[in-house]
Amino acid sequence: MRGREAFAMALEALRVNRLRSTLTMLGVIIGVLAVVVLVSVGTGAKDAVEEQISGLGTNIILVVPGQLTVGAAPTQSRLSLADVAYLRRVVGDPAKVTVSLQSGETVRVGRTEAFVTVIGTDQSLTGIFERPLAKGRPLSETDVDTRRRVAVLGAEVATRMFGDVDPVGRQVSIAGARFRVVGVYATIGQTFGLSRDQEVHVPVTTAQRMLGVDRVNGLAVGASGPDEIEPLQRKVVDALTARYPGEKFSAVTQTQLLGTIGSVLGMLTGVLAAIAGISLLVGGVGVSNIMLVSVRERTREIGLRKALGARQRDVLAQFLIEAVLLTTIGGVIGIVLGVGGALAIRSFTEVPATITWWSIALAFGVSAAVGVFFGVAPARRAGRLDPVIALRAE
Amino acid sequence: MTSGERAPAIEAVDLTRRYQLEGVAVDALRGVSLRIGQGEFAAIVGPSGSGKSTLMHLLGCLDRPTSGVLRVNGVEMSGLSESRLAELRNRTIGFVFQSFHLLARTTALDNVALPLVYRGVGRSERRARAAAALEAVGLGHRLEHRPSQMSGGEQQRVAIARALVGEPKVLLADEPTGNLDTRNGAEVMAILDRLNADGGVAVVLVTHDQEIAACARRQIHVRDGLIELDTGSAR
Ligand SMILES: Nc1ncnc2c1ncn2[C@@H]1O[C@H](COP(=O)(O)OP(=O)(O)OP(=O)(O)O)[C@@H](O)[C@H]1O
Ligand SMILES: [Mg+2]
Repeated sequence: MRGREAFAMALEALRVNRLRSTLTMLGVIIGVLAVVVLVSVGTGAKDAVEEQISGLGTNIILVVPGQLTVGAAPTQSRLSLADVAYLRRVVGDPAKVTVSLQSGETVRVGRTEAFVTVIGTDQSLTGIFERPLAKGRPLSETDVDTRRRVAVLGAEVATRMFGDVDPVGRQVSIAGARFRVVGVYATIGQTFGLSRDQEVHVPVTTAQRMLGVDRVNGLAVGASGPDEIEPLQRKVVDALTARYPGEKFSAVTQTQLLGTIGSVLGMLTGVLAAIAGISLLVGGVGVSNIMLVSVRERTREIGLRKALGARQRDVLAQFLIEAVLLTTIGGVIGIVLGVGGALAIRSFTEVPATITWWSIALAFGVSAAVGVFFGVAPARRAGRLDPVIALRAE
Repeated sequence: MTSGERAPAIEAVDLTRRYQLEGVAVDALRGVSLRIGQGEFAAIVGPSGSGKSTLMHLLGCLDRPTSGVLRVNGVEMSGLSESRLAELRNRTIGFVFQSFHLLARTTALDNVALPLVYRGVGRSERRARAAAALEAVGLGHRLEHRPSQMSGGEQQRVAIARALVGEPKVLLADEPTGNLDTRNGAEVMAILDRLNADGGVAVVLVTHDQEIAACARRQIHVRDGLIELDTGSAR
């Protein structure tokens, strides 16, 4: 018997039992659909986060007090501006160290109010982070030294407060104090779901006085090239530990952050795929079950085929192809629905679902493998049926 | 392995077949020796349970004997693998069953073409040969009918066409008229008779009907797994 004949026979058998075939496929369809959708959501989330992190700028080392591990509680900061000055001496280039002190505050212009993230920082920020200006000027050293009440607005804050009017030179009220707008940043999007266009930057000294603290939240150090990152990272941590014996400081690079977050999200994607895989497995058990029923129902047919000259392997092939057709047709339908579902999720929700070719190829391969794996036992049973007994069966 | 026109269609020596039924041995055949010549027409008769169907299954290579030697068209079957046996069934033997055994949702033409599928014959040749075989049993006008759309007599004629389409040497029919009325039974017998006379196919049929047995030139009486009487032996 030729392969084409076996294929035609199997297809015919599925067509004859159309409703049953469809219901059996449903299990596989749902499994594949779940795999494709969940993997694309997981991959999309990972891609988005990685893009956001690399969008911060390149070769940046973030320095925070305490040990930075996933899930660890933030440590009370003891870093001050004196430490910033100290690190600037250690690093050697003052433009390569900047500082951040964050607080949520209400900003008001006339009757328009908004709650934004106010960040106290200094003139080095724009040299280290990717933060292009749309209008005006960035914070200057004099702003910081003289505690000027000046602010640079994020793009969204600027439009919200001033509309089409140019904000540069105008007044805003931050936490009740009057500030003069000196610049507006270009739109840069979000990081970890926080819109970075809703930030307002003020001199760190001004922020400290406003908040009544002499601490800062963290430091950032810029390396001049990828090769410099690691030695610089060690140098910074060693310097801080020497200054505060017995305390811990963490310096993380973007690559490390990317690696950590990437592996967490990768694990998440894996777990999602595994859960979806289980439903695919359940679909496979359904196929096996239906194929066994089918072999039993068609015992006489099998006996007859053998009497007419079908070999064991002809009968085995017929039933195996039937099982594989069930799962691969189901797989293709599941892939089509899954891709459609992922596209719908992407266009109707905030979730960035990314369809990857490998997940589609994998879903197809797995559904074919499920057909072989779960089809083999029923097909072998069919192939081994004793023709005499099969012909006598009623 | 020689096969030629000289060798008898079937040659059985001291065939036995023992079934194990819940640990109890049932001897369905207890030593049957038999020669069926090329182109011969023989009827096997005997009471129910005497072993007629068991013998037919052995002669048709559907089952293996517990002991004894069987040669079909000169080929000794005990040494053959499962797939060689299947090939032997496909090329040398045609089966007709009491209950027709047609595929229910398949047309007459495709039912008849089925043995050729397992021989690797291409689709158009298959259909042409199946149509010719149906023509030969007087069903040239029923090619696209399904079994449910045909009478019992017509169904059995489709089954005969299917047995003949591969041009076998031997046609084995186990009570081919058992499910048919007298008129349809007579028609089926007429077809078998003609095939035997014109086509030179050896026919072995099992029947309970004395009249039908009388159509055959040779009667083999089976009782309790043994041949009790054989009215003629092959040349
Ligand atoms: N698979 C089996 N297992 C056990 N015993 C069997 C089996 N098949 C047949 N037999 C026994 O073998 C004996 C012969 O059976 P067989 O079917 O050959 O009889 P038969 O002559 O064809 O009868 P009938 O005229 O009723 O068709 C019977 O006693 C039967 O019960
Ligand atoms: Mg019988």
